[in-house]
Amino acid sequence: MSFSPVTQASKGVGTPTTRLIGLIAIASLAWVLFGGLVATPPEVTQGESVRIMYVHVPSAWVAYLAFITTAVASASYLLSRRRSLGFDRVAGASAEVGVVFMGITLVSGSLWGRLTWGTFWQWDPRLTTTSFLFVTYLGYLAVRGLGGTHHQRAKRSAILALLAVLEIPLVHFSVVLWRSLHQRASVLSTDGDVKMDGLMLFTLLVGVVAFTATFAWLVMHRQRVLAMRDIVESRKLDVAIAQRTGEGN
Amino acid sequence: MKRVNVLGIARMIARKDLKVEWRGRVLVNQVLPFAALVMVMFAFALDGDDLLQRAASGLAWMATVLSMFVVISRSFLVDTEDGALDAMRTAGLDMRGVYVGKSMALFLQLLVLNVVLIALSLLLYHVSLTFESAVLLVAIVVCATAGLAFVGVLYGGLAALSKGRETLLPLLVLPVVAPVVIGAARATESAYGTAGARVGEGWPWVGLLFVFAVAFAIAGLLSFPSLIEE
Repeated sequence: MSFSPVTQASKGVGTPTTRLIGLIAIASLAWVLFGGLVATPPEVTQGESVRIMYVHVPSAWVAYLAFITTAVASASYLLSRRRSLGFDRVAGASAEVGVVFMGITLVSGSLWGRLTWGTFWQWDPRLTTTSFLFVTYLGYLAVRGLGGTHHQRAKRSAILALLAVLEIPLVHFSVVLWRSLHQRASVLSTDGDVKMDGLMLFTLLVGVVAFTATFAWLVMHRQRVLAMRDIVESRKLDVAIAQRTGEGN
Repeated sequence: MKRVNVLGIARMIARKDLKVEWRGRVLVNQVLPFAALVMVMFAFALDGDDLLQRAASGLAWMATVLSMFVVISRSFLVDTEDGALDAMRTAGLDMRGVYVGKSMALFLQLLVLNVVLIALSLLLYHVSLTFESAVLLVAIVVCATAGLAFVGVLYGGLAALSKGRETLLPLLVLPVVAPVVIGAARATESAYGTAGARVGEGWPWVGLLFVFAVAFAIAGLLSFPSLIEE
């Protein structure tokens, strides 16, 4: 896997690696679609609504994977001696894709919750933490868009990503403590746990692979697009400087 | 030139911020009336003494957090408007000292704000205190306010770099201070004895508030200089 910036726009951003990952994503997504909607049986207590799981669980996994990727890439940027902007672009790309998957997780989760718990929203620690992670990411992306030089952007957003690593466990812990002192919602009909047969578990695992491959494909492409954008911005600056110095002569 | 250590710089910066505040009287003339108005508005919105008493602790802390944004924006506006932050950097001041100093000043201002708001909530929402609950309340106010101040200055510095985008500050700070709002509101509930909470139940929350304040103090000391030095 290579994150080197692409210098010739005419080449596009695809490479043999991304094409292979793309093919894996398409093939496994096709199985999730067939397996999730047709091949797997409905669940004993939840009925057909259990099919939401094949989207919800993998997207939640990817959302947290994206969060970890952003944090690791940010730390790598700050710790690397060369301060390579490649790490920053991976962090940014991963955060952008992560926000989308976190949105999918929250929407699919609340639909599933309506069907199994009888309510769209419950103050469950996992739910609350995920929604806070979503808002934190939105803030992170807003800070990325503040402007300044590329290294200013990289440093600022890397610090913010690492602060989020401190924030999210504190939020999670405080919500756990909060809920443990309160009565549980009585609308709960089932606890949301699913008894799975082999085919269901297999489809769910394929779903995780499919979503992970999609995430990797999107991040690799996106970080290359970001690299191109950085190059364009630098060139514009060079051209502008050249024009100004030209005027002076 | 005499070299000044981190605590010396912190004292200087805190004194400067408080002097600016004292001369401008923004806290007394604008922020406190705003916070008091928010408390009164809550009473209008949540008509009914029972409901207000039940919600009193949460309302006092929400009013604090909302008012905090005004104080932070003001504190950094003064510094960025005439390039004071850049001047401090150019003068070679240790930015950790600046962070501690600004946090100390914000802590004291929020403390005043908090005492007034808690007193208001006691009066407006008909809550009474015992000696035990008053001790708990003091611990809550000190720990929670310290946490808010450390987070506020850290993210306030970041938002100050984005000139003209004040909307960024609440978006960044609100998710981070969620544990303070949860912890302080629940602990204050125990101190007020509302919602059937006992005083002893409040102390674990004070523990959480303390851990939060320490964690963000360390995080701020480590990251604030890098955020500002660009």
